[in-house]
Amino acid sequence: MLTTILFYVFSAVLVGAALGVVLSRNPVHAALCLVLAFFNSAALWLLLEAEFLGIVLVLVYVGAVMVLFLFVVMMLDINVAQLREGFTRYAPLGAMVALLMIGEIVYAVWFRQLGVNLAGSAPALAPGSNTAALGELLYSKYMLPSELASVVLLVAIVAAIVLTLRRRPNLKQQDINAQVAVRSIDRVRIMKVDSVTRS
Amino acid sequence: MNTLIHWWNLLGADGQHLVVMTAQIVAVMMSVIVSVAMMTYAERKVIGFIQVRIGPNQVRIFGLPFLKGLAQPFADVIKLLLKEVIVPAESDKFLFLLAPLIALVPALATWAVVPFSPDFVLAKLDAGLLYILALTSLGVYGIILAGWAANSKYALLGAMRSAAQIVAYEIAMGFALVGVLMAAGSLNLTEIVRAQSHGYASYVYPWQAAGFLSWNWFWLFPLMVVYFIAGIAETNRAPFDVAEGESEIVAGFHVEYSGATFATLFALPEYANMILVATLASVLFLGGWQSPFEGYLAADLPLASPSFLWLFLKILCFLFCFLWFRATFPRYRYDQIMRLGWKVFIPITLIWIGVECVMVWFKVGPWARVL
Repeated sequence: MLTTILFYVFSAVLVGAALGVVLSRNPVHAALCLVLAFFNSAALWLLLEAEFLGIVLVLVYVGAVMVLFLFVVMMLDINVAQLREGFTRYAPLGAMVALLMIGEIVYAVWFRQLGVNLAGSAPALAPGSNTAALGELLYSKYMLPSELASVVLLVAIVAAIVLTLRRRPNLKQQDINAQVAVRSIDRVRIMKVDSVTRS
Repeated sequence: MNTLIHWWNLLGADGQHLVVMTAQIVAVMMSVIVSVAMMTYAERKVIGFIQVRIGPNQVRIFGLPFLKGLAQPFADVIKLLLKEVIVPAESDKFLFLLAPLIALVPALATWAVVPFSPDFVLAKLDAGLLYILALTSLGVYGIILAGWAANSKYALLGAMRSAAQIVAYEIAMGFALVGVLMAAGSLNLTEIVRAQSHGYASYVYPWQAAGFLSWNWFWLFPLMVVYFIAGIAETNRAPFDVAEGESEIVAGFHVEYSGATFATLFALPEYANMILVATLASVLFLGGWQSPFEGYLAADLPLASPSFLWLFLKILCFLFCFLWFRATFPRYRYDQIMRLGWKVFIPITLIWIGVECVMVWFKVGPWARVL
C-alpha cells in the first residue's frame, strides 16, 4: 500500500520534472529539472530493491555528469530565442523519435500483459543482497563485456584529452619541481648594512 | 505514566518502530548541530591558542562566572537568525533560497549510515559506502547553485572554483574508499569496522585482536592520508579554501548571502561536513568504535572494550587536525590544488590499490585469513 503510494508520488514528480526539462525557458532550470528526474528514477529503483543501481544512478549521473553539465550551461550564455528558431525545422524528426519510443513502450507493456518475458528469466535474488549478486555476475559471467566497456571508456577519455591537447609555442609554464625545490637561501639574501650616524 | 504506556501500546509494532526511529534521527541530528556550534567555538579557541591570542572569552551561559566564552556560538546563531535576509534584486530568487537547503540536505543525510557503536546505526544499509559517495557528491550542488543564483561575478567565480575542486578531489576520495572496501570485503560500514577488529597484524598475533595495529591505517596508510586531505579539499577548508578566497573574490560563492541563509545554511553544512569527514576517516581507517588496547589488556576492562567514546576521541583528533592545518598553512594556489588532486593523489591511490591487489593475491598480512 505504502509502496504503491510512494511509487505514484515518485512517478508523478518524475514526469513533472521531465516535462520541466523540455518546457523550461532557462537552461539552468532545465538542467536542474533533469537532476530531479534522475533522483526520482533512482527512488523508483530503490522501491524495486535495486539499491545498487539506484545509488549508482545518483552517484554517476547526478554527482558527476550533471555537475559538469550545469558547469557548462552556466558558463555559456545560451539565447533561448535563437534556439526556438530551429524548433520548426527539427519538429518532424522529434515527433518521429517520440512516436517510435511510444511504440516501443506500448509493445513492451503489451507483451508483458500477454505473459511473454522479453528480458529472459531474471535469477531470483536474496532480498537486500543484490549488490553482492550484481558484483558476482559482473566479474564472472559478464567479465569480458564489462572489461570491454571499461576499455572503450578509457579510449574515450584518452581521445578527449588528445583532441583538446595542443602544443602552443611561447607558452609560459610553471615548473613545479623547481618551485618545490627552492630553498630560502636561493631567494633571500641577507645583507649586512652598516648603520650610519649623521651628524 | 500509565496513560503514556497505554498510548504506547496503542501504537502497535509499526508505530512504535516509527516513533523510535524518529527519536533516534532527531537525537543524531541534534548532536550534529550542537557539535557544529561547539566546533565553531573550538575553532576560534584553538586558532587563538596557536596564534597566541585568547579567542572568545566574554559570552557566559546565563551570566555564570565560569566557562566564559562557551556561549559564544549560541550568541552568534541568535544574531545571525535575527538578521535581515537580503535577496539581491537581479538574482534568481527561487534558486537563491533553495541553494542553502540543497547544501544542507546531503550534509545531514549522510549521517544515516554512520555506525556510532557496535549496535547503534540509523540505517543498516548494505551499500553504505556507495550511499556516502553518492551523497557527498551532491554537496557541490548547493555551492554551484548559490554561486549562479546570486547573479554576482564573485559568487560565480567562487562556485566555479569550488565545483572544479570538488569534482577533482572526489575521484581521489572514491579511490581511497575502493581500497577500504577491498580490505573489508563489504560496503556496509558496520562490517567495515568489524573487519578491522582482528587479524590485520595477523603475523604478529596470529588470529587475534591486535588493537590499533589491526586497523586499516596500518596497511592503507597512503589511502588514509589521501582521504583526509581530499576531505579537507571537499569541505573547502583552508588551505584549500580558494572558493572563498577573501583576498581575491571577497567571499566566493556565499558573498551575497546574509542572515539566516548564510548562518544555518552555509556555516552549518561546512562544519557538519568537516565533522562527517573526521567521523568517516575514523570509521574507515581507525577502527571506528574499537578500542586501541583490545587484545593487549584483559578483555573485560573498560579500556579494552569497544564503545562510542573511542570513536568520539578519534573524531576529535581529526577535527583538531582540521583546525591545526587552517592555522598553519597558507592558502594553496589554484593550479597547485589542481595538480595535487589530479597528478599526485589519483596516481598515489591507483598505485596503492594495485599494491593491495598484489597483497590480496599473495595473501599477505590481513588477507591471509580472508581467502
